[in-house]
Amino acid sequence: MASITSRWRKKNKNTEEVAAPSTVVAPVAQQAVVEVINVDVDIAPTDPLLAYLQNASNPVELGRLNLQSPALDALRAADVAVVVPLVSQGELIGIVNLGQRLSEQEYSTDDRKLLNDLSTQAAPAVRVAQLVRQQQIEARDRERLEQELRVARLIQQTLLPKELPRLPGFNVAAYYQPARQVGGDFYDFHYFDDGRIGLVVGDVTDKGVPAALVMATTRTMLRSAAERLESPGAVLERVNDLLVEDIPPKMFVTCLYALLDPKTGRLHFANAGHDLPYVRTADGVHEMRATGMPLGLLGGMGYEEREIILKPGDTVLFYSDGIAEAHAPDGDMFGFPRMHALMENYPGDPDLVRFVLDQLGAFTGPGWEQEDDVTMVTLEYLRQAAAGMRAVEPGWQVLDEFEVPSAVGNERIAMERVAQIAAGTPLAADRVERLKTAVAEATMNGMEHGNKYRAEIPVRVRVCRSDDALSVTITDQGGGQFIREAEAPDLDAKLAGLQSPRGWGLFLIQNMVDEMRVTSDDLHHTVELIMNFQ
Amino acid sequence: MASGFSEFQASVRRQDGTAIVEMSGVMDGSAEQSLNSAYAEATSSPADRLLLNFADVDYINSTGIALIVGVLAQARKAHLPLVTAGLSEHYQEIFRITRLADFMSIYPDEAAALAAA
Repeated sequence: MASITSRWRKKNKNTEEVAAPSTVVAPVAQQAVVEVINVDVDIAPTDPLLAYLQNASNPVELGRLNLQSPALDALRAADVAVVVPLVSQGELIGIVNLGQRLSEQEYSTDDRKLLNDLSTQAAPAVRVAQLVRQQQIEARDRERLEQELRVARLIQQTLLPKELPRLPGFNVAAYYQPARQVGGDFYDFHYFDDGRIGLVVGDVTDKGVPAALVMATTRTMLRSAAERLESPGAVLERVNDLLVEDIPPKMFVTCLYALLDPKTGRLHFANAGHDLPYVRTADGVHEMRATGMPLGLLGGMGYEEREIILKPGDTVLFYSDGIAEAHAPDGDMFGFPRMHALMENYPGDPDLVRFVLDQLGAFTGPGWEQEDDVTMVTLEYLRQAAAGMRAVEPGWQVLDEFEVPSAVGNERIAMERVAQIAAGTPLAADRVERLKTAVAEATMNGMEHGNKYRAEIPVRVRVCRSDDALSVTITDQGGGQFIREAEAPDLDAKLAGLQSPRGWGLFLIQNMVDEMRVTSDDLHHTVELIMNFQ
Repeated sequence: MASGFSEFQASVRRQDGTAIVEMSGVMDGSAEQSLNSAYAEATSSPADRLLLNFADVDYINSTGIALIVGVLAQARKAHLPLVTAGLSEHYQEIFRITRLADFMSIYPDEAAALAAA
């Protein structure tokens, strides 16, 4: 049994130059008639020997060749005398190298015929062996890739929040659907003791395990920075500086960080190059613009901070580029104008996530192979519960609705504004005076006890009328706290120093109006004052 | 400060045996210091009675009521009769509801209060 091995390089189909090792095992004869030579020669794809062998249908005697070929020189140097090309379906798939005959005679016509027959029969078998091997390699590659995607998916899904924040007055929803390749999308929520909540939506460039690992790192950095730092811009600045040190080259993270105070509707945000969120308010759809570089590109970057005050009925959509960059079968891209229009057309029911998915599905058509991760976080400030005010009852008409900042003396703003409205109703002048005192006292209570005189937290006032009465609703954000039953003021006790001289507010309100109703929820405290026209 | 309202001010005059505290502006928590100094000044020399003139007071809130209770308590300790003048119909009603009116006579204006002495 004799075996001669040779290796050569050839171009594979992807035009990428890859070493394709091939072992040729060729039984030569039952009796050893040739010298066994081990040859390890690389034949470059451009070597003229390769083209020559490709076209040779018979064993080639190297001694008769006249080619400028490094491979030919190498084979000769290894004492190879004859090369038998193995050709399968017109493609050179290997060669058998033979040394001199042991008898030192020339290869005979019979020898050549034998070698020719041998190569003709061996070539298809070798080809099959090569294909099997190739498939095994590809299967292993596929399996490794699948395994990687499983790991990436696992990392993503393990680190995404398991629960949604439950905020009184707000509806928060989130959606995450990874693409088959698993992009680097993520979202997160940070909870603070004072009731505020941090919202994060981000996207790591690249896909698979590398993106998932950077996502995991970024998420952790954001969490720890948010624990120590107050403002969204400072948080992004800190994470950027940390990430620059560690992130692999050519990778970066886009990220939007927003802080919501559900008590005031204040949404304070900064943006590291992420797609701009949309907010839909009573006066239209707006992009929430704040400038900043993506995280991990350059150290020492600053991040602009902006804020909006959400009002009941407002809706915010945070999202990743997987939506805007989705394509229809004709190649058309979903794009930002469609995102904008979608926010304008959102009817409020069903929820915004469902609405976006329906619109996207209608655009891409059925059987869409999702190109990138699709991520959404939506924030809806509920119209009713949010204001802590009951819906206006049938038969009542809203005459005025306004807010006053909680600052000493501002009860007089509320008082005068209500007085102006009341003057245009059938309410008698002396009863308008009584209502004024009640409104002033209720507003003062709201600013002081409910809102702790924090100017950024307003007291909301709504004036309504029916055919028979005027109603003034005064709402503060002191819900969810224990309200001590007011001690009835006793002037004798006060004069005797047995009771504080103060504590007249609630007593005055009760004595000024025809009816007082008090309601409370987790967030708000509302006093409704009613004055009948007759 | 909301428009149309002015800061609380108090000055003291004497007429016959009456110390008159003439007040103007907004009577809320911000009035405390001025009112207490006026009371101290009014009682710095002997008087038969104290007249609080509210004619130019635009607004009295519950904190203002508490300040008046404080003045009333001090005057009672000093056995100094307290009378009022210039309260609007609305605030007269509040003085009745709070029973302040039980402890101080209410006159429509300063002349009427002085005439009743």
